[in-house]
Amino acid sequence: MNRLTICAAVATIFASAVPGVAQISLTGAGATFPEPIYTKWFQEYRKVRSDVQINYQGIGSGGGIRGVTEGTVDFGASDGPMSDEQLKAFHDKRGFGVLHFPTVLGAVVPVYNIAGVSAELDFTPEALSGIFLGKITKWDDPAIAKANPKVKLPSADIIVVHRSDASGTTYVWCDYLSKVSDEWKTRVGKSTAVNWPVGLGGSKNEGVAGQVKQSTNSIGYVELIYAMQNKMTFGRVRNSSGTFLKADLASVTAAAAGVEMPDDFRVSITNASGKSAYPIASFTWLLIPEQIEDKQKLAVITGFLKWMLGPGQKLTSALEYAPLPKPVVAKEEKAIAKVHGK
Amino acid sequence: MLSPRRKIVNALMLSLTGVCTVFIVGVLFIILGYLFWNGARYLSIDFFTKLPVPIGESGGGMANAIVGSGKLLLLATLIGVPFGFLGGVYLAEFGTGPFPSMVRYMTDLLNGVPSIVIGIFAYSVLVRPMHHFSTLAGGLALGVMMVPIALRTTEEFLRGVPQSLREGAMALGASKARTIATVVIPAAFKGILSGMLLDLARVAGETAPLLFTSLGNNFWSSGWDKPTAALPVMIYQYATSPYDDWHRQAWAAGFVLLALVLAVNVVARLVLARASHAA
Amino acid sequence: MSSAPITLSRSRSIAARFRAGDEFAYTLTLVCAASIFLVTCLLVYQLWIGANLSRHQFGWDFIFTSTWDPAREIYGAVPFMFGTVVTATVALFISVPIGLGAAIFLSEMALPSISDTLTFLIELLAAVPSVIYGLLGIFLLVPVLEKTVVPLLKSTLGFLPIFSGAFYGVSLFSASIVLSIMIVPFIISVSREVLLAVPVDQREAALSLGATKWETTSQVVVPYAKRGIYGSIFLALARALGETMAVTMVVGNVPKVQASLLAPGDSIASVIANQFTEATSDLYVSALIELGLVLFAITIIINGLARLLILTTGAKVAK
Repeated sequence: MNRLTICAAVATIFASAVPGVAQISLTGAGATFPEPIYTKWFQEYRKVRSDVQINYQGIGSGGGIRGVTEGTVDFGASDGPMSDEQLKAFHDKRGFGVLHFPTVLGAVVPVYNIAGVSAELDFTPEALSGIFLGKITKWDDPAIAKANPKVKLPSADIIVVHRSDASGTTYVWCDYLSKVSDEWKTRVGKSTAVNWPVGLGGSKNEGVAGQVKQSTNSIGYVELIYAMQNKMTFGRVRNSSGTFLKADLASVTAAAAGVEMPDDFRVSITNASGKSAYPIASFTWLLIPEQIEDKQKLAVITGFLKWMLGPGQKLTSALEYAPLPKPVVAKEEKAIAKVHGK
Repeated sequence: MLSPRRKIVNALMLSLTGVCTVFIVGVLFIILGYLFWNGARYLSIDFFTKLPVPIGESGGGMANAIVGSGKLLLLATLIGVPFGFLGGVYLAEFGTGPFPSMVRYMTDLLNGVPSIVIGIFAYSVLVRPMHHFSTLAGGLALGVMMVPIALRTTEEFLRGVPQSLREGAMALGASKARTIATVVIPAAFKGILSGMLLDLARVAGETAPLLFTSLGNNFWSSGWDKPTAALPVMIYQYATSPYDDWHRQAWAAGFVLLALVLAVNVVARLVLARASHAA
Repeated sequence: MSSAPITLSRSRSIAARFRAGDEFAYTLTLVCAASIFLVTCLLVYQLWIGANLSRHQFGWDFIFTSTWDPAREIYGAVPFMFGTVVTATVALFISVPIGLGAAIFLSEMALPSISDTLTFLIELLAAVPSVIYGLLGIFLLVPVLEKTVVPLLKSTLGFLPIFSGAFYGVSLFSASIVLSIMIVPFIISVSREVLLAVPVDQREAALSLGATKWETTSQVVVPYAKRGIYGSIFLALARALGETMAVTMVVGNVPKVQASLLAPGDSIASVIANQFTEATSDLYVSALIELGLVLFAITIIINGLARLLILTTGAKVAK
């Protein structure tokens, strides 16, 4: 066999490394928050349509918004809804709008690593905002100690850990802190990335979790599932009714229950009212362009959305995501029709 | 006569240089050993044949990342080597005057550009207009990174060929082009080749430019216009995760990547060694 | 008759030259060299227009502002310029003495076979991917620093402001150490080459005058090879300034200028890597691209200084 044949063979192998059925490939990118459930869903969906490959990369909510706006990905995903400016920018760039589809509910929890403390701590809104503002600097500060009379907190400096990259998880955390602390609202604000008053940065949920695990007497915030997967100790947070709640499926769904859902599905459920509502919860959304030129991709996306609202919702609890409340599902099913071809 | 002080200083400083060397070599062995211990242990057939699985599930592998890296490096070589090589020939054989000096200066600047900026460049030039992430964009970014070192290596080794060889050929009636092609380049060939291999090895480990160009892929990537997984990117994603299984895979991937790079280096050295024996 | 030397190619007709392939070779290689030139210009141009929004918004204030606030859309390059320059400088402080020492050992002291083998091994350090350096930084270096090195440092030199404050593992110091290991192979490899190229008679002359080996090396050989050694340092510096992955994993990612090396910081390459794909607003992206432009400018300045140094010290680079 001469060299040319070998080269041709190698080239062919490289160029077509996929066996079997011709694949329709879609690429989505965005939030890391729902990455576990999305990758699970896209894998499961291949059982429904074996010719569809949906590649999802968790590069962060901001990346998802930018990607779908610039059209470098087929759909985006974000933990925070797009702002009015971002919606306008999308419309200006593409000539049509973008739709938000809530997929699951998640929660953000305070994780900590304190020497000698293995109990679940109770955090008041004042404690959390004070710590992250840098005003509460020691673990045995009365603001923290008062809510935890039975725990022996060390007189050690608090090491704050936050996200170094822009993310929807940060958005949810800051959205909550803005609602419970005027000083946070004016001094820092809410966004996918903020100018943190104090703390070390970790890249993505993984980075924050890792940094907290590695630094004694530290506190950070991660999405619920990462805390559970990593068996991290996380605290309870006091909600607007005065109850200290631990994040779990029930308390998260309770947060979504009392909310009036607008037509465009962009709503914040942090610090929700309700006795059993966990205060730092959020929807997470898929960002779908209103107009999809490619007929095959349009069929895949609308088909997937329908599946996601049906069988998909049944897979959420196993991965610690709260499913959507039924009225929201019904409303979304009607909204799928808004996605059209050219 | 030699004063005791000078003797002591002499002995002291010379042994310090030895200490420096031992220190550096020691660091290298720690790195290699750590990788071997943590990575080689967890290598399995799965690693080389399976696709990644969702977080939390076990049994996945990095087969697509290995192939992806292969495709990206193939493309990088096809772009970087010809331009670097021929540019180096230009500078070495035709290179006097303001323009060649400018090219040399620009190439040095390009060499200093951080890989992340090259990634941004490839994003604006390929990803945004094409409206998708792709292997092509990743290969282009890596290829651009290869050019400066390929060019420098070629120029240096060509310059190292004695002028007498060129003059001898021309005296025999060969044209300049023929001289270069049949006399000068072959004389410098082994050195150039080893330089190219080292260049390729360095680029194989680059992550930053791939983040904005080839993105990543959980599946096989066919053709050249789709996002693709790559070893360095997978290492980065897995290593910064809290999942133990992913950590193990990251070390294994690191070991595999390093083994490949070492293999390339060894080949380059052997080739060079044989060349200098033949010379 | 003519005073200029007549080359074979010039004495032929154009057709003959073309047939011989000279013009073809010249054109082909020229095109390649020109493409490289053009691509670099295109790169700078892309950076320039990408940074437009940010430049018009902030003007020169960009390189004087120390706030990096994406929520309020205020961007300033100072903390990152600081982190980049500091980590690169400290890395040089660590790697140059050690690298030069090792290069001297390998060129002056070691037997040729040992020298070759060891150099081969050391050059392998340059081939280790950046990501792996970051990994090893997190898993190996940071714990060692936390448990052994930094307490030692603080107990002896803790009064210095650069070693003050708490140490959380990730810091400018950790990033500098990782960088120094990454760049030392360049210094060793190139310096060793130029030291070996110093003519033997230089050494013999010094020795015959009664100098010790060390005196010969430090006062004759090394100064002779000065230019090449400087070259190796600038090569290493260029890599250190642009190094991304390894730095971002151990630097702490805090955009603040602080006096202590033990504090977390950030560098230009690191922040671009962390925030580029996640930046949403156009101004945010533009500010990050402008950071890339700033880094490019820093590199040009360093290159310029290198050339100036080589020019002003007169003699040609020892090869």
